[in-house]
Amino acid sequence: MNDVLEEYGFEIVRRQDFSDVTYLLEIRHPLMAKAARAGQFVIVMLHEEGERIPLTLADFDRARGTVTLVVQAVGKTTREMQQTCRAGARLHALVGPLGTPTHIGTVKKVACVGGGLGVAPIFPQLRAFKEKGAYVIGILGFRNRALIFWEEKFRAFCDEVILCTDDGSAGMKGFVSDGIRSALAAHPDIDEVVAIGPPIMMKACAEVTRPSGIKTTVSLNPIMVDGTGMCGGCRVKLGGAVKFACVDGPDFDGHLVDFDDLMRRLKRYSEEEKRALEHWSENCRMTSLGGRA
Amino acid sequence: MAKKRTIRTIPQSRTSVSEQKAGERAANFGEVSLGYDEKAALVESERCLFCPDPICIEGCPVGIDIPGFIERIGMKDFRGAWEVIGRTNLLPAVCGRVCPQETQCEGVCVVGETLEPVAIGRLERFVGDRAIVEGWVNLPHIEPCGRRVGIIGSGPAGMACAADMAKAGCEVTVFEAFHEPGGVLRYGIPDFRLPNAVVDAEIANLRRLGVTFRCNTLIGRLFTIEEMLDDLGFDAVFIGTGAGTPAMLGIPGESLNGVLSANELLTRCNLMRARDFPRYDTPIPLGKNVAVVGAGNTAMDAMRVALRLGAQRVTCVYRRSRAECPARAEEVHHAEEEGIVFKWLTAPTEILGDEGGNVRALRCIAMELGEPDASGRARPVPVAGSEHEVECDQVVFAIGTNANPIIGQTSKIGLNKRGYIEADEELATSMAGVFAGGDIVTGAATVIEAMGAGRKAARAMKAYLGISEPEPIGAIAASHFGIPAGERNFARIRSF
Repeated sequence: MNDVLEEYGFEIVRRQDFSDVTYLLEIRHPLMAKAARAGQFVIVMLHEEGERIPLTLADFDRARGTVTLVVQAVGKTTREMQQTCRAGARLHALVGPLGTPTHIGTVKKVACVGGGLGVAPIFPQLRAFKEKGAYVIGILGFRNRALIFWEEKFRAFCDEVILCTDDGSAGMKGFVSDGIRSALAAHPDIDEVVAIGPPIMMKACAEVTRPSGIKTTVSLNPIMVDGTGMCGGCRVKLGGAVKFACVDGPDFDGHLVDFDDLMRRLKRYSEEEKRALEHWSENCRMTSLGGRA
Repeated sequence: MAKKRTIRTIPQSRTSVSEQKAGERAANFGEVSLGYDEKAALVESERCLFCPDPICIEGCPVGIDIPGFIERIGMKDFRGAWEVIGRTNLLPAVCGRVCPQETQCEGVCVVGETLEPVAIGRLERFVGDRAIVEGWVNLPHIEPCGRRVGIIGSGPAGMACAADMAKAGCEVTVFEAFHEPGGVLRYGIPDFRLPNAVVDAEIANLRRLGVTFRCNTLIGRLFTIEEMLDDLGFDAVFIGTGAGTPAMLGIPGESLNGVLSANELLTRCNLMRARDFPRYDTPIPLGKNVAVVGAGNTAMDAMRVALRLGAQRVTCVYRRSRAECPARAEEVHHAEEEGIVFKWLTAPTEILGDEGGNVRALRCIAMELGEPDASGRARPVPVAGSEHEVECDQVVFAIGTNANPIIGQTSKIGLNKRGYIEADEELATSMAGVFAGGDIVTGAATVIEAMGAGRKAARAMKAYLGISEPEPIGAIAASHFGIPAGERNFARIRSF
């Protein structure tokens, strides 16, 4: 009862850097930690002038009362977060958990696939499947050995882990779609494949399983503003129907998703994103010059 | 009392209001109408005939004592006027600006039968603005009743319900999914029609009444309505989430880049302040040649926002004629003044894209009006062979909304077949202690109707919680004298 009246605060309690672009933020929010389910996402606002960016939950810990995000510094906001989000800092806003939780059915054998950006958010689903008693094969893809993170955390919940790197510097050389092929060769009885990562990767994964018709779930992260069904920016094409990723998803049947449409729509602010980044970099440069003077 | 007013003795024409010039305002987000000053308000107040049977009150969804507040304006008792409005309407500065007065109070005003009706909306706004400037607060003595009420949604329905429940002594918490409260008043209605400062002032008033706002809280997902009642200690809950999920037409080309809902355009611009990009981080699609589908208030707002963002040409595409257009007359008038092109009786059939997947034109067909349909409006029928292209690089849909599914997905509350919450006459839902009102019950409607619903639900909620409602002081019905209120002659005698 007191939780409701307590200000949320959105305090960052822990930060860990996995590489020069990937970092983890653990944020205190006991109510959200309690409510979160595998497959859900949040919307973050860094400061008052900030944009609302959707990020899929990478973990939640009810005992600690925290939720965890793993962020890649790719655009203006995520780079600024990389600079300013230290332990003890606060976010301006954090709303969630959003979206319909993943349906964790009673499957016997599941392959959970995470590529690049998608490695962290596959974790809650993988753990949920394991807790439901499934045989879990984790297929994790990174560009190279230096970018690998959470390998131990995954191994603790997986019966098998297939590590893939683009350059072969760790695990097998190849993409996660190659990992799925090798998993399917060893385990023809896989009931479901869950894949999270860049759209092009999820598309490739869905193509691998399409011939055998194995249920393939993907988690989509299109552009959105509110994340509550109000703006319609996140609409995706799904076998002829139009769905809102924020309320109907973010999980969808990978065999029905029109990935080409999704990828085209993801580019619709690329000009503005470039401008925002330039504007910010310029400001940073001016500030640092001013600081030195 | 002063000598009796008649239709011949009152100022014959409506007092004009100063406005930003169309040419200037189309390039800024400053308010269009600058509102009455004291002198203009006094002159306009002289136009009210103080009808003994004031039909304008019936025309108002919340039943404001319109002659009562106008009379006090005439006496220069502006605070008194504000208090009269405050008995039934919490947000005069908002409603004076956004109510469709021409179909409500002003639409039935007796003066309007002969001359232009009394400018009730402008007078209401004058009073509301005066209250904000003067910082008037009407803090009633509130006796805590120990009840806890949760309100879902901080838009007009939630705000109205919150105010009434707080005045009744309840501990009220309003939950909002966005990072700022205000609902549609914040994200939807642009600053040139309703400045954010007005919304801020109204929310500050609610806080003074003891209402707590809890933003960044999506009910159903952070916790459910069931949890509010069972675990979080709320004795009653009001759902005023609005409708909100934007409708599309389902025509080919809707996923092209450059097609978006009015909700998205307005939210980016108003709430996220994308118009100040890149100082603010949220980007906004800037169309040079924008087609907006629909002709309601949201469509007008979207068109005028597009214009202010720098569009060179903005076209309204509407399948019926001007007569059926649901927007406030003033908004259509302002939009026309600003140079919006209206294509009445035109329906889109397809959005055409270029090789890059961007919008290049809207394919349309001309319509003509046929027999009235279920809504009572003439049904538009396509004219064979009239297909044509409207060149544009952005298409904005403002054709209404569907019910937001989240409450339905996360609770056992009864919904109707269109997904809206089912509520009875008293706005009680299928769940005990849970009431609902506004767009999530009725489908898209107006700010004042949502406020009316919020207040109606508050009455039912008080009854449910066993809080007795004191008789309003000063509201002595004419029928107390044994003669129906409709008997004008009697009431006229009484006013002497």
